[in-house]
Amino acid sequence: MMPSMTSGVKSPIRYLERRAIHALLLLLGASLLSFLFSSLAPGSFFDEMKLNPQISPETVAALRAQYGLDQPLPVRYVRWVKSVFRGEWGYSFAYNQPVRSLLMVRARNTLLLTTLAMALAWLIAVPIGVWIASRRGRWDDQLASASTSLLLSVPELVLALGLLYLVIRTHALPVGGMVSTGFDRLGSWEKVRDLAAHLIVPVTTLVLASLPILIRHVRASMMEVLQAPFIQAARGHGIGRSRLLFCYALPAAANPLISLFGLSVAGLLSGSLLVEVITGWPGLGPLLLEACFSRDIYVVIGVVMASTMFMILGSLLADVMLLVADPRIRTDHA
Amino acid sequence: MGTEAAATRALQPALMRTRGLGKRYLQRTPFSQQSFAIAALVNVDFEIAPGCLTALVGESGSGKSTLASCLAMMEKPDSGEIWFEGNEISHWSKRKLAPLRPKIQLVFQDSAGALDPRFSAAQIIEEPLEIQRRESRQALRARARELMEEVGLSPDWANRSPLQLSGGQRQRLAIARAIALKPSLLILDESLSGLDLSTQAQILNLLLDLKAARSLTVLLISHDLSLVGQVADFVAVMHQGRIVESGSTRQVLASAQHPQTGKLLASVRVLEAAFQTARAGGRG
Repeated sequence: MMPSMTSGVKSPIRYLERRAIHALLLLLGASLLSFLFSSLAPGSFFDEMKLNPQISPETVAALRAQYGLDQPLPVRYVRWVKSVFRGEWGYSFAYNQPVRSLLMVRARNTLLLTTLAMALAWLIAVPIGVWIASRRGRWDDQLASASTSLLLSVPELVLALGLLYLVIRTHALPVGGMVSTGFDRLGSWEKVRDLAAHLIVPVTTLVLASLPILIRHVRASMMEVLQAPFIQAARGHGIGRSRLLFCYALPAAANPLISLFGLSVAGLLSGSLLVEVITGWPGLGPLLLEACFSRDIYVVIGVVMASTMFMILGSLLADVMLLVADPRIRTDHA
Repeated sequence: MGTEAAATRALQPALMRTRGLGKRYLQRTPFSQQSFAIAALVNVDFEIAPGCLTALVGESGSGKSTLASCLAMMEKPDSGEIWFEGNEISHWSKRKLAPLRPKIQLVFQDSAGALDPRFSAAQIIEEPLEIQRRESRQALRARARELMEEVGLSPDWANRSPLQLSGGQRQRLAIARAIALKPSLLILDESLSGLDLSTQAQILNLLLDLKAARSLTVLLISHDLSLVGQVADFVAVMHQGRIVESGSTRQVLASAQHPQTGKLLASVRVLEAAFQTARAGGRG
């Protein structure tokens, strides 16, 4: 049975308009702060060139002027905003190309990894969380609690290194990277298999890292709802166990889970940076690390802005999902 | 009440009966592995006569709700027997109990919590019918509107959220949902608590009307002896997990034997006037 729409509904269009204005202000604030902090950081991309006797100080100064680094911060910011409107998102000093084209490829790789990991983690966590909530205090609940506690206590870094160690010892899977050498010469099916083999270690790490948090949230939300009188009433009407858990209790327990799902979406670009660096996945993680070390500031700002956009998108998605799922949020009486 | 008709019906075999029912809960001591048992029900012998309104009264924590949960098959007793329609059901498996569940319906105290806030009033009434797959989808809404009318709710409110209804209206909605499956026994667990006197009286009138129209057996659980004294055919008094006194309402109210019944009678409130006023004015 689907929840009904009731009278006194708030205007979704007005709500979305308000959220869009908030999002724009947030992006503006994030870009200003990124610029401010990057200018406060000591050194610049061209400082290392000054140490090279083969490059004259005049050449370094000319390069700084070419990229606008000799300009005051407000001027640089305005130039960067203009480049955003041109679709370039600034210019990478290290790669000598617009940041957007650089980010697009890396973000695609990151999203392939994180979307798959997020989908798998939720697909595993929801049924397990629902099940153990209904088996409170029994052996399977205790086993799940112990397992999630163990996983929570192991840092993502250790998980990734442990899995890499296993892979190296067993030679079962390729180590590091996204594809094998000679990938272009492979057939379509072999390409998929090769990519899948490279995905296993980083995806497993990300799934294992997020699983305990998701399972515990699902369990806690479900346990609260399972005590509710309307669930007891549904039991009294003779509803089957699976239908009670998944069709009645789970939708009623969904609100905090939807908010958590929004956070998962928000972290799609930024949640896997460490794992990407450790497993050599050519996503945004290694690019950001490299850009930070070399002070390729427009790349850093680009990654920060892309992450902020996903944060806003995740939050907006969660709000829209809550609006659809819960009539109490839609009504003025809530 | 304790009318002659009720006395006649009481001679028939009980619709539901318990023998030596016991239920304990284990409570763990905070920051310790030690636990202690709380006896919620102790050797409870209790009968519900068919077609009658039986009241179960007692102070808070006396075990009334635990007994209601056991009777409604929400919880398994630790010991004793529960007989329903001639069958001993306390040891039945969940699968075996499934067809019996619609016959015993429970109306909860917290009307706001007892109704899924995501559903409309009509969907809430349709829910048990849908679970039991008793009627086609097309017939469900018509049935829901009929039931709303029967409990004194306007069918025009079919699309309203339970959050948009008052406490009394929500309780009517909960009763409509409970009778949708045509149960043999309706248990109201402190369902009138938290309502004002006038609304309590109106709901009691509704129960009497439903009892008469549907030959419904009602178990009314309350801590208010004055309230149930107005409508019940039989009364049982609970204290510390035991039934300490039971009999026809007239008999229990006239000559209370147990000190607990005396205490409950001493705290009687003046409900009669509100009840009579509401009775004269019909349903609100």
